[in-house]
Amino acid sequence: MGTYITRRLLQAIPLLLGISVVSFAILKAVPGGPLAAYESNPNVTDEDLRRLEHTFGLDQPLPVQYLGWLSKFLVGDWGYSFVSHQPVLGLIGERLPNTVTLMGTVFLTVLVLAIPIGVLTAVKQYSWFDHLVTGATFAFLSTPTFWLGLLLIIAFGLQLKLFPLGGMATLGMPFDPIDRLRHLILPVATIALVQLGSHVRYLRASMLETITQDYMRTARAKGLSERSLVVRHALKNAAIPLVTVVALDLPELFVGALVTEQIFGWPGMGRLFWDSATRSDYPVLMGILAVSSALIVFANLLADVVYGYLDPRIRFS
Amino acid sequence: MAGQAVALRAPSAERAVERGQWQMAFERFRMHRPAIAGVIVLGTLALLSAAAPIVSPYGPEKNNLLLIYEGPSLSHPMGTDSLGRDLATRILYGGRVSLSIGLLAVTVAITVGTVVGTVAGFYGRWIDSALMRFVDMMYSFPRLFLLILFGVFFKGMSLPVIVTVLGLLSWMTTSRLVRASFLSLKNREFVEAARCIGARDRRIIIRHILPNSIAPIIVAATLGIAGAIIAESTLSFLGLGIQPPTPSWGNMLKDAPAEMNIAPWTAIFPGLAIFLAVVSINFIGDGLRDALDPHHVVRRA
Repeated sequence: MGTYITRRLLQAIPLLLGISVVSFAILKAVPGGPLAAYESNPNVTDEDLRRLEHTFGLDQPLPVQYLGWLSKFLVGDWGYSFVSHQPVLGLIGERLPNTVTLMGTVFLTVLVLAIPIGVLTAVKQYSWFDHLVTGATFAFLSTPTFWLGLLLIIAFGLQLKLFPLGGMATLGMPFDPIDRLRHLILPVATIALVQLGSHVRYLRASMLETITQDYMRTARAKGLSERSLVVRHALKNAAIPLVTVVALDLPELFVGALVTEQIFGWPGMGRLFWDSATRSDYPVLMGILAVSSALIVFANLLADVVYGYLDPRIRFS
Repeated sequence: MAGQAVALRAPSAERAVERGQWQMAFERFRMHRPAIAGVIVLGTLALLSAAAPIVSPYGPEKNNLLLIYEGPSLSHPMGTDSLGRDLATRILYGGRVSLSIGLLAVTVAITVGTVVGTVAGFYGRWIDSALMRFVDMMYSFPRLFLLILFGVFFKGMSLPVIVTVLGLLSWMTTSRLVRASFLSLKNREFVEAARCIGARDRRIIIRHILPNSIAPIIVAATLGIAGAIIAESTLSFLGLGIQPPTPSWGNMLKDAPAEMNIAPWTAIFPGLAIFLAVVSINFIGDGLRDALDPHHVVRRA
């Protein structure tokens, strides 16, 4: 397995380089850029523009610019925002905790709910509970996240006035855990309901496959209680595919949920990407794109490794 | 002479079996109630959208500033928006845009995916490795981020642009499906037999191997339409997709966050249309998967 992981890590290097080249090229193709604001300004002469271009290194050929970016990126110098002139790494570090708070809560909520619900629907297949849950998961999977968010705001924020409409905290209030929790509930529910739908469906399907297998009948014949049968024998095997699905969700934990953050005014990584995209703030965009694609690559690797570790039938070759 | 006789008979026999399989798949699909419900709902939505000028007495961009933010009533069953435009009418016209985008984007995705998967799976070797590394790379991009960048790049996207961009960012699953079926079929006896009687690569690919991978492609395509509709609506909601005044289900919700306390119907109905279309398509996809499941087909044939 050690050699397998090493090989996959080595394969990830050209993949990540390719991704960074393409990202760089896309961002360079987008019009605007740091000088766009000056170009329409009559007080800025062409000479000034040239000088600014030179300061930003924009007069160099593209491959040189890319190599310059890459060599600095690798040693932790991710450049400065064109808009706020703060270091990119600092900006990301500022937003990251907010996104981790939001997505971490989603992650835990979904796991805590998905496992019992998925198991119950499979054990009580075709019961009213199963039909209700299956219908609901299907509905949530078919709902655009942003609309679900709007509906939750209308229902629980505007009509019932149970929760705040957005933001992370009540303005002008010092940090207060209860207040933070109240602000978390609606955005967390928005993302969690959709994810819950997919996880429950996965677990239900793999539980159904597991509980019809021969070894389950043997275990039952031995006189095991239904509870230990389901939890110790079935769930342990049925959860393996779910583990890989959860591993593939990991990047979201850090990249955030752009649309939900946008609707609820949650100042996380998704918002940072959105604000930078609408202002053509390349250094920040490049940083976020690099981080998020690297996370996706490693999450895939992690999913494969964990799967092989948990399921001895899978052999690495 | 004998070889010629076989060659003449084989295609017709194959066609007969094929028709039988499709007929059986159709029978199974008909028994899938949610899928049939999906066909009915989606069909109604599509028909009403297509016939929008006949169904509705209003125009999609017809303002009526005396009737802004009217609640649902008999003359405006879903109310009116900030410019007094009839919401139901705009949803029907928006359906034309949103449903076409879903369908066309998937057509692009399926075409690209099939070509890439065929070339990779059939020719193998370095072409295969190169193309599959490219697929890995495309998979590793956060799709929404790229969509947003393109949206900013084009300052909002027209229908052809959004169809192309969505299609070019979502062909990877199809290419893997097609490649897998080529890998498992290209060394089988029937392909060898076809080669022996002188069939060229093109014929082997189109007549002998691709028909065998149609079932998973159809399922992936159906579910892909749902994904494309959601992607378009999200993008247009963010203001980077179809630009007003042309209605799309997504851009009708663009102002909803500001309006939902005075006119919640402007936030509810367009979303409901997206939801109904996507649920229906997902049900149809589910039904198709059950109907076309290759295990069933093999066992029954």
